[in-house]
Amino acid sequence: MISNVLLINQKGEVVISRIYREGASQKTIDTFRNQVIASKEAGRLPVKVLDHTAFMFIKHGNMYAVAVSSGNAQAALAFQFLHELIKVLKSYFGDFTEESVRNNFILIYELLDEVLDYGYPQNTSDDVLKMYITQEGNRKAMQDRAGGASSGVTIQATGAISWRKEGIKYRKNELFIDVVENCNLLMSSKGTILRNDVSGCIMVKCYLSGQPECKFGLNDKLLLDNEAKAKKSNLRRPGSGIDIDDVSFHQCVKLGKFDMDRTISFVPPDGEFQLMSYRITENVNLPFRVLPVVKELGRTRLEINIKVKSMFTFKLFATNVVIKIPCPKNTAIANVSAASGKCKYEPEHGGIIWKLRRFPGDTEYFMSGEVEMMQSVSEKVWSRPPITMDFQVPMFAASGLHVRFLKVFEKSNYQTIKWVRYITKAGQYQHRI
Amino acid sequence: MDFVEKSIQKVNQLGAGGGGGTDSKYFQTTKKGEIHELREELANPKMEKKKEAVKKVIAAMTVGKDVSMLFTDVVNCIQTVNIELKKLVYLYLINYAKSQPDLAILAVNTFVKDTQDVNPLIRALAVRTMGCIRVDKIVEYLCEPLRKCLKDEDPYVRKTSAVCVAKLYDINGELVEDQGFLDMVYDLLGDSNPMVVSNAVAALAEISETSELGQKVFQINTSTLQKMLAALNECTEWGQVFILDSLALYCPSDGREAESIIERVTPRLQHANSAVVLSAVKVMIKYMDLITSQDTLKALYKKMAPPLVTLLSSEPEIQYVALRNINLIVQKRPTILAHEIKVFFSKYNDPIYVKMEKLEIMIKLASERNVDQVLMELKEYATEVDVEFVRRSVRAIGRCAIKLERAAERCINVLLELIQTKVNYVVQEAVIVIKDIFRKFPNRYESIIGTLCENLDTLDEPEAKGSMIWIIGEYAERIDNADELLESFLESFDDETASVQLQMLTATVKLFLKRPAETQKMVQDVLTLATQDSDNPDLRDRGYIYWRLLSTDPEAAKQVVLAEKPNINDDSFTLDPSVLDELITHLSTLASIYHKPPSTFITGRTRMVPTLGGGAHDDEYEESDANITSDMMDGGMGGAQAAPPAMPAPSAGGLADLLGLDDEIAAPAAGGGGMGGAASLAPPGMADLFGGPPAPAPAAPSAKVVLPPDRGEGMQVRSAFVAQNGRVFQQITIENHSPAPLSGFAIQYNKNSFGLVPESPGALGQVMPPQLAPGQSHTGLMPLTATGQPQDSKGHVQMAIKNNVKVFYFQDQCDVLAFLSADGRVERGAFLEQWKSIAQEAALDVQGIGPANENVDSLCPKLEASNVFFIARRKLDGGADMLYFSVKTLNGVVMLAEIGLRPGQGMGRVVVKAQQTPYVSLLAESLKAKLLS
Repeated sequence: MISNVLLINQKGEVVISRIYREGASQKTIDTFRNQVIASKEAGRLPVKVLDHTAFMFIKHGNMYAVAVSSGNAQAALAFQFLHELIKVLKSYFGDFTEESVRNNFILIYELLDEVLDYGYPQNTSDDVLKMYITQEGNRKAMQDRAGGASSGVTIQATGAISWRKEGIKYRKNELFIDVVENCNLLMSSKGTILRNDVSGCIMVKCYLSGQPECKFGLNDKLLLDNEAKAKKSNLRRPGSGIDIDDVSFHQCVKLGKFDMDRTISFVPPDGEFQLMSYRITENVNLPFRVLPVVKELGRTRLEINIKVKSMFTFKLFATNVVIKIPCPKNTAIANVSAASGKCKYEPEHGGIIWKLRRFPGDTEYFMSGEVEMMQSVSEKVWSRPPITMDFQVPMFAASGLHVRFLKVFEKSNYQTIKWVRYITKAGQYQHRI
Repeated sequence: MDFVEKSIQKVNQLGAGGGGGTDSKYFQTTKKGEIHELREELANPKMEKKKEAVKKVIAAMTVGKDVSMLFTDVVNCIQTVNIELKKLVYLYLINYAKSQPDLAILAVNTFVKDTQDVNPLIRALAVRTMGCIRVDKIVEYLCEPLRKCLKDEDPYVRKTSAVCVAKLYDINGELVEDQGFLDMVYDLLGDSNPMVVSNAVAALAEISETSELGQKVFQINTSTLQKMLAALNECTEWGQVFILDSLALYCPSDGREAESIIERVTPRLQHANSAVVLSAVKVMIKYMDLITSQDTLKALYKKMAPPLVTLLSSEPEIQYVALRNINLIVQKRPTILAHEIKVFFSKYNDPIYVKMEKLEIMIKLASERNVDQVLMELKEYATEVDVEFVRRSVRAIGRCAIKLERAAERCINVLLELIQTKVNYVVQEAVIVIKDIFRKFPNRYESIIGTLCENLDTLDEPEAKGSMIWIIGEYAERIDNADELLESFLESFDDETASVQLQMLTATVKLFLKRPAETQKMVQDVLTLATQDSDNPDLRDRGYIYWRLLSTDPEAAKQVVLAEKPNINDDSFTLDPSVLDELITHLSTLASIYHKPPSTFITGRTRMVPTLGGGAHDDEYEESDANITSDMMDGGMGGAQAAPPAMPAPSAGGLADLLGLDDEIAAPAAGGGGMGGAASLAPPGMADLFGGPPAPAPAAPSAKVVLPPDRGEGMQVRSAFVAQNGRVFQQITIENHSPAPLSGFAIQYNKNSFGLVPESPGALGQVMPPQLAPGQSHTGLMPLTATGQPQDSKGHVQMAIKNNVKVFYFQDQCDVLAFLSADGRVERGAFLEQWKSIAQEAALDVQGIGPANENVDSLCPKLEASNVFFIARRKLDGGADMLYFSVKTLNGVVMLAEIGLRPGQGMGRVVVKAQQTPYVSLLAESLKAKLLS
């Protein structure tokens, strides 16, 4: 298991070091931070072994979070924990930077004491942690709660529903659902689709009182089939549901129930959380198609013609569309022009950036240009990196997923106001050229 | 409750400010006299000042300054009502108590008092901290409070206490056992609170890992199993990981139980926490071994594939862990991800370590169906920027060719296209893999040699150069200007690395053997360069051997140098099945990342032992750990990536084989004056090469009576089979119990298991006196050969002895150990290869092994003396010792054996495997007999 947790800055200086068990010697740790972190060798592998001690580390901004182990540690758990730890720290003080860590180091020590015991992660749910890890907690206040409330805290921290505290009250009970889809595409230079999938997640902002039980329904093909079977009706048109390859849920969702009949039911944590993430590869509606022609004319010239077509309905529009066309490093001049949007060669980004603030559905735009390169001594071939694209299409779900219902059951039977939004963003949207 | 909300608001406000705290000021004091000042501040009666001071101390501690001299002053602050201050003092104590054990006692009172506090958080804090203070005296005081806290009414305290037992066990295991804490933790498995259960599971698992009692500490039975499964649905994500990891160690009694547990575990695959998913996968894969129904397995495969794919959309570090694990899963159950190859295609902006791992899995999943797609991808990768990745991609193309014969041609075409790019390192790498393809499929793609030769100038790396030279030498007869090409390398012979020089030497000799007329001068030049100007013993030795071979018997030289080379194999399934199974139980741990069993890299628990088949592509770790490296070097040979052994590796062992081929060659070599120097330089193993191997003379087994006098009409025959100097003899004793003299002895063998026959028909007559007077006896050693036709496999040798009276028939049992040749040592890589490929085997359980034979150090020489050669050793977790041996019979049957010992219990198991089966069970019996002797 994890024997130390270290937070190290870019220079390799230890900002926080918490020892949970014996094992790693100070010397080994020094070697690690000098040789791996400070010498910028870190990018090659996320696990480094020095003198029988394994260092598992992740980089976040200019900080490294490191889990050290001298045994056969659960590596997946260690990495997942480090990510969760950063999430907790961010929710406590907004940011995870060297400055914020130094400014709150006492609090961080307190948190580290709580989230990990003898190297075993305990509770990393920030909502619950905030109930009893506070900087201002003094004994008197704890004493006050000792009779009633603090036992509530401990039940909370260990109970089955460790993510939601009791007695939440809202005047207005609201629920916001955001379906956020990242559309990934990899198209070969010949225009065939090599890989195309949607990885989406459903974000929920929950402002509900009490202990609500929620039931959530999607147009999941398997579920619809089940229901159709149950009703013994063949009325349902085939193909109206979507094929979900895989889903994973927030810990609040009752997995057993989902496994049994694919219903999603849960007691939500308060505030914002990611209810589920999913992956879909079948029948993805591509929002955009790029048709590039990049010709190398001799050694020093390049001719570029790009056509971009939006494939969604004309009623919708995409925003912040950015198309990045890579150019060789030795590019001297690039004359580019586009019918709409701004198009410019930006050497700091290594290519031509074509920006369109608004891109209506069912429309085509063109861009063309010529690139002149400097003569170079090295004969290294240009590696032709892919054209990448960035965009957002509000109210469009590339996977075809839609929310059928979200029911809330609560003792007091209050009215809930629900809001649903969809957005499709570009994930890794790449066309090889 | 109000307070809670207020404090949350406060925290939130802090958060809104973006790093609202101001603690950083504590890091700023660096002036002299700091310690003194701190001491004064710590003594300040004002709480706030005190707190400030302790914070400064902690800050100093964090940056690595030694503040242990403030121990008394800090501990004096412990009796405070301020919980924040208390936590700070505790933190200080954890770090420094060990250096000041006597003073740490000062804190005990406060701890004990705190464990009785009304507030459960404080009770837990005290227990948690006490467990972290590794001072014996404190431990004694910990027992009573801990006992109470294990039964605390508050689950938060109980779950903390459960972990504390594990902490205590690490400090003083006996104490924990004596105090009965283990049973108390065991009881917590039935706790009503799921988190208490999961922490108890974690604690027990931890203890059973380190304890001498081993698994006995934490034996899962039906009732605990049910409790764990029940808690699995309710506890925190981390708790689920602990429970699943423990389930993976449990062995269900049958397929049905396995299936029912899998059913309970399957929903975990949908968890957002990747550690939960991987641990669930681990349990399922492990239990699948017990499930025989193909339909069930298929359904499970279908359920497991999507979550595994989903792991690849998590953070890159987790992707890396997942990929290393998938690598194992694909080896164990290739079907699960057979259709998912596309998700392992690299994205342009994947971190390099993710790309590398994806590449490995792509090769593993490549099949005839998807190879075109894979090749397209690999070609694409070969144009990327990262040189190392490009190299691996090019290599991957070659590995595809070796793996999929039907795709080899397409692979070659892609490689040729890549060579056209003229990118230096791409060309070099392509040449290296083309050499491998040539070795795998000889005489098929030689048409491309021309293209390769065009790129001769670009080659500047030893491996590429060596490969190219090998190709030229191998196909010298088809390359018109082979001599010119080699000549061009010759100019810089002295500057090349040893590996290139060796290749040059061999290639030139090959060229000479194929086209002697025009290359005589060249070969002489090279041999001179190698033998006289070089100070590399390997090169010199090889040079001398070639020289002598060529001058003594060019035909023999042809046989040796141009001999058919052993086939190379696709190395994508490299792990030994037993190692793989062990790694599968360690999925998602570090072992699964290194692809090495935990015993090989964990210090202090098990001794380092060389493992069979260490990871073949773990080169990233080589520089980091010498011990791991040594394991890998052993196992990493073989497969496409090995250097081209145009002739056996120039080690003493290799030479033995080479020279052993023909005594006539060895003899003059030994006598040669030039050779003397080389021999003395060579490793000690060389000595017995030239002197002829000093035959290990095993004690002749006591000859038993095979023909009693009453059946032999007065002639008694004793017989025994003995091995000497690599030959088998029958030690035969004839006693004359009859009143008349016996004469005219002759012997004939029936067809037997070993194909043994007397060397000559009159063999017995030669070793026996012409006449045996009454009462006289004579013992002769009759040489045998194994040239006869082998029959059955019972190990009997039936024979007939004729004398002047009549013919007598009898039989003797020949021990297979007497029938082993001295060159039965199999190279480790080859051993591994064969061991995996052979299914049929004989296994015997042995009981009552004496202590001497349990000791590996004394057992191995004993077996080696019988020509049973030790190959490798592996220690299993349970203390079992696995030893691997190889033997070769005189008629060329190679057999592999595994002896598993359980030291101290006198129990063991012998397993024998062989391609040809006749002697498998005989060898198993013989080894058993050896173990019991």
